[in-house]
Amino acid sequence: MKLLVCISQTPDTTANISFKDNDTAFNPDGVQFIMNPYDEWYALVRALELKEAVGGTVTVLNVGPSTNDAVIRKGLAIGADDAVRIDAEAVSADFVAFQIAEYAKDKGYDAIFMGKETIDFNGAIVPSMVAEYLDLPFVSQAQHMDVEGNTATLKRDIEGGVEVLSVDFPFVISAAKDLAEQRIPSMKGIMMSRRKPLNVVPAVDFVNPVEVVHFAKPPAKSEVKMIDPDNMDELVNLLHNEAKVI
Amino acid sequence: MSQKAKEDRYQAHDYYNVDALLSDEHKMARDAVRDWVKKEVSPIIEDYANRHECPVYLMKGLGEIGAFGPSLPAKYGGGGMDETAYGIIMQELERGDSGIRSMASVQGSLVMYPIYRYGSEEQRMKYLPKLATGELIGCFGLTEPNHGSDPGSMETRVVDDGDAYILNGAKMWITNSPVADIAVVWARREDGRIIGVIVEKGMEGFSAPEIHGKWSLRASVTGELVFDNVRVPKENVLPEALGLKAPLSCLSKARYGIAWGALGAAMDCYDSALRYSQERIQFGKPIGQFQLTQKKLAEMITDITKAQLLVWRLGALADAGKASAAQISMAKRDVVDMALRIAREARQIHGGMGITGEYPIMRHMMNLESVVTYEGTHDIHLLITGMDITGFNAFK
Repeated sequence: MKLLVCISQTPDTTANISFKDNDTAFNPDGVQFIMNPYDEWYALVRALELKEAVGGTVTVLNVGPSTNDAVIRKGLAIGADDAVRIDAEAVSADFVAFQIAEYAKDKGYDAIFMGKETIDFNGAIVPSMVAEYLDLPFVSQAQHMDVEGNTATLKRDIEGGVEVLSVDFPFVISAAKDLAEQRIPSMKGIMMSRRKPLNVVPAVDFVNPVEVVHFAKPPAKSEVKMIDPDNMDELVNLLHNEAKVI
Repeated sequence: MSQKAKEDRYQAHDYYNVDALLSDEHKMARDAVRDWVKKEVSPIIEDYANRHECPVYLMKGLGEIGAFGPSLPAKYGGGGMDETAYGIIMQELERGDSGIRSMASVQGSLVMYPIYRYGSEEQRMKYLPKLATGELIGCFGLTEPNHGSDPGSMETRVVDDGDAYILNGAKMWITNSPVADIAVVWARREDGRIIGVIVEKGMEGFSAPEIHGKWSLRASVTGELVFDNVRVPKENVLPEALGLKAPLSCLSKARYGIAWGALGAAMDCYDSALRYSQERIQFGKPIGQFQLTQKKLAEMITDITKAQLLVWRLGALADAGKASAAQISMAKRDVVDMALRIAREARQIHGGMGITGEYPIMRHMMNLESVVTYEGTHDIHLLITGMDITGFNAFK
């Protein structure tokens, strides 16, 4: 099977977040970057497992500048056969989805894997947009996948239960926790990653229909107010008038 | 204390942006081993150390990530990496526990390295790939009950017996020996020269009893090697090793990894102490606000930063094949000494909690009491530097 795994670079979960350009853009200065865990731990590993079971190739794809190469190499170290970087800043989900679809449309991939969301902007819309652009079936937030011949059976959590879906290849899948188990790259994998191809391709023109107007951090947490256990009226008053939760 | 305190919340500290001196491969290797330690070592290590038991099963995982002989060629199961990468791997393993790092140091530097450096091609192909995966466990026999710092006076002997040597003697303080499949053993020939032989488990007259009751490296298994007329085929002799220089060259490899490793233990102690100082409230404020705590922490990160630069430079020299035994000796001595001081200061910052297994401090501190002694004691390393700078040999 010919499999494509889309990977994103995201800030490390411990990074201090700030903005620049009048709070219209994320400020990457001093931030450590990692591969988006949903892409790395679940999407990529499940694609590798599928390749190991039925044969084929796994390509990792990233939309981003050359500073993302270290994260792409990690994808190769974990086991992908080759990599593609679409050479452009990933300015929006629309832009990224369009670039992925334009690249993939004539390559004949049997499945396109990606994490259910990135841990920075958490939009969770790229996978569905790629499926729409490519006119492919889409299964979101898959937690388990079995493959029999040309058909995949997938499970996903829904409110109060589990949904079981069946879909024929090709399709787009967004991966949630439990779809696979994290693989740690070995030293051999890390050394081999240097020798695997990383092809850089230009982005195609795209006019962004959505513009970021402003980013803001959540308001700072206020101090804890201690209320005497005997003073229930004061507690109710504050919850109603100040916290506005009752 | 809550489960939260036991959780591995380690974050590396890099005050001088030493990361910028590392390649992408170095950083990827570092992150991979750090992830592995958090996943496989941190959750179990306190329990194993408490029970004085070695998690031998981790040898397989260490093999899978490539922690055994990472700088040996891929042909023999190594990773083909440079010496800096090897050092970084040791740093991250010892950040978890010195005992786990010792398992990897012995396997890579004291078993695989001598077979690679001094062995025949047949010996390399027979042992190295299986040692690299952890399928075989190895140990290294040099120290004896009566000869620690003075291995040149060893009493273990081999006598020529046609197509074999007859080996007699005993080795002491041997990491991994009770669980080892093979032992690289150094013994004196009838002509007085020292040779290396590969002794295999199951050879008649060979036993490896465990040393019990250690208060240090409790999650690593240590034992003796006893040879009672063991018949070792001559094909098990390392053909290129003749004289004490051969085992000493192996020790240099291992000491290099220890210098990096002890830094990892120091970083873990500092990280834990810094976090504790920010969370522990006394007199209505975090203890990190008190000047005496800040003095301790400031000195700790300064010492760590100096050690990071020292081992990085040593790594660059080793990568260029220019790290001398004396330079490695200096780094081993100084970084371990620094790590012990930091462990003790960190223990004080943790107050009473510092003596419990809820935090890694006491375990690291006890481990480092072995590390400061094995592979050349602190004092012996001072004499090595002394001899190197004055030209006078103070050993004799």
